[in-house]
Amino acid sequence: MSIAPAVESTSVQTTSRTSNASSTTNKVLGYPLNAWYVAAWDYEVTRKPMSRRIADRPLALYRAEDGRAVALADACWHRLAPLSLGKTLAGDQIQCPYHGIIYNSAGRCVSMPAQETINPSATVPSFPVVERYRYVWVWLGDATKADPELIPDMWQMTDPAWAGDGLTIPVNCNFQLVLDNLMDLTHEEFVHGSSIGQEELSESDFVVTHEGNTVTVTRWMLDIDAPPFWRKNIRDKFPGYEGKVDRWQIIHFESPSTICIDVGVAKAGTGAPDGDRSQGVNGYVMNTISPETVKTSHYFWAFMRNYRLESQLITTQLRDGVSRVFKEDEDMLEAQQAAIDANPDYEFYNLNIDAGGMWVRRLIERQLAAEGRLVPFA
Amino acid sequence: MAATNIEVWQQATVIETTAVTEHIKRIVLRPDLPRRADPGSHIDVKVNLPSSTQGEALKRSYSVVESANDGARLTVSVFRAPSSRGGSVAMHALQVGDTLEVTQPLQNFPLRIGAPRYLLLAGGIGITAIAAMARVLRELHADYTLVYAGRSRAAMAYLDDLQQLHGRQLVAHINDEGTNLDVASLVAALAPDTELYMCGPIRLMDSVRRSWLEKQLDPANLRFETFGNSGWYAPQEFTVRIPRLGISTTVSPDRSMLEALEDAGADMMFDCRKGECGLCEVRVLRLEGAIDHRDVFYSDRQQKAGEKICCCVSRVASVGAVGGAVQGPEQGLPGIVIEVP
Repeated sequence: MSIAPAVESTSVQTTSRTSNASSTTNKVLGYPLNAWYVAAWDYEVTRKPMSRRIADRPLALYRAEDGRAVALADACWHRLAPLSLGKTLAGDQIQCPYHGIIYNSAGRCVSMPAQETINPSATVPSFPVVERYRYVWVWLGDATKADPELIPDMWQMTDPAWAGDGLTIPVNCNFQLVLDNLMDLTHEEFVHGSSIGQEELSESDFVVTHEGNTVTVTRWMLDIDAPPFWRKNIRDKFPGYEGKVDRWQIIHFESPSTICIDVGVAKAGTGAPDGDRSQGVNGYVMNTISPETVKTSHYFWAFMRNYRLESQLITTQLRDGVSRVFKEDEDMLEAQQAAIDANPDYEFYNLNIDAGGMWVRRLIERQLAAEGRLVPFA
Repeated sequence: MAATNIEVWQQATVIETTAVTEHIKRIVLRPDLPRRADPGSHIDVKVNLPSSTQGEALKRSYSVVESANDGARLTVSVFRAPSSRGGSVAMHALQVGDTLEVTQPLQNFPLRIGAPRYLLLAGGIGITAIAAMARVLRELHADYTLVYAGRSRAAMAYLDDLQQLHGRQLVAHINDEGTNLDVASLVAALAPDTELYMCGPIRLMDSVRRSWLEKQLDPANLRFETFGNSGWYAPQEFTVRIPRLGISTTVSPDRSMLEALEDAGADMMFDCRKGECGLCEVRVLRLEGAIDHRDVFYSDRQQKAGEKICCCVSRVASVGAVGGAVQGPEQGLPGIVIEVP
């Protein structure tokens, strides 16, 4: 049902006000559909079709002969056999493995082997795709809004002044729980005690700001001992460095599910908080989370750095080190989701440290309300 | 993006009318049951003939030029054809406050988002189907060119607005200014992965189709509105018989053969009921008259062979009845004898 424009905007306002009051009970949030989500790393999509479910939509992903990435619904129009089990043909075509029906990259049927004509209704949905920042992004909502300029800014992924690599974590929890985790890093002291955790995280003050579809949480820890992970990193640039450091974590969220964290340490008192990071090491933790279903997510991450670009050793060490750290998060997030499911009658309560995560929830809830999809799941 | 062809009729109120050229009127409607209209959609309108005293109505299709507020405000543009049977004359007579019966937006011409590049081609009043596509592609920063051909600047609706909106993306061809459109070189210059969406006079579209074939471009990338197959003959009454089942019945002009056979108790197989799937096919044993194939399931070869027909849409006509119904005595009816699965 549609309503007149003036009434509609009023109703969105009202809904979002109501939703703000009920944020605590929305333990598991739905995902906006009018958004770009990463479906795969660029190298994963090849001439051999693959299957991946994004936002509860099974996709067949492949590359056309000219290299263009294609995302079709992973179900043949005829009997819903998965096209991802089929094969790619000349040009941009893919053939259903069951009865041989052929589609082009627009999802239009171009051949029905068992008859002389093509049924004009035979199409499978084709979703807008953009390749950027080493990822293949898809848009599963209203295609007439699929502006590539809405892709979250992850420029460090492909900038020549930065190097690094990452992985994908399949995680059995709602995407919002991963966002909560990344927006409040005080958990590092307890979850990642052997690598990046330290008590100064909980003790130091932080500042939250929000603007448009972004939220930023900034935390500085001055004149502290570097935890093991950062001691190693600063020594990669300044061999043998023993002194105290100034450490920063600047968390940038871009709705609905991308978080790029500016992290680093510099020799204490060398001016890093004022902008001179020359005596330090700087990394960017690039995170973008694609809902697979309401309770499972594809967590794509990379660790990028702007020093010692020539060292593949450091790239691999950082990727493996961060991977071990994130395994600790994954275990916690899955245990948390299981506990949420096991305790449906208990609510979430919020602390001051959740300010960043609560702004994220509010932005996502507003987007869901604008799509008319603000429905609590659990 | 799929085609939507379920007709939901409703009342709509005229809220604005503006003459945009000498012969084209822009009419803004407020429908009672608004539904969002994506680019390429149209509405069917019941137009009461001004000359008719019995409330005789014509059904006409008009592209949605613009849809605002999720379809609460629909704009169509009507060209008053010199050869009008009264439809466009009646539309031009509409005044603010008048109501008329319209369908919710229907879609036969969906725009696929995500093609590497687009060429949108409008000839004359065909701009009404193309304008909304161009607007969306512009908003999405897509790689597109809008080619708009017409007889004269004054006869081309929305030309100034389009020029303002699309800038260099718009290429206008205007006959009386000597900048006629050369279809062959337009198509010859296309990158092979271009999707072309066109709407305009049949001659223009045929010429594009020929160039498209000559250049061996992918037929699936040439998009135009298709209205199915409406047959060669006006619908008329005919008889149908299934000897094995002892069924014999008459199909009236407003019923399909499939419906008549179902009414007569035959256990028929079917699915789409619009001549696409081929599930309702029956075998022809004998024929008095001509088969009027109205399906898109059979190839030309199969239709000419005439051994089978899709009984959901196809009919039988008396030979020589092209273009007009022939009323005859009962025994003179065209007829068909069939076998069913």
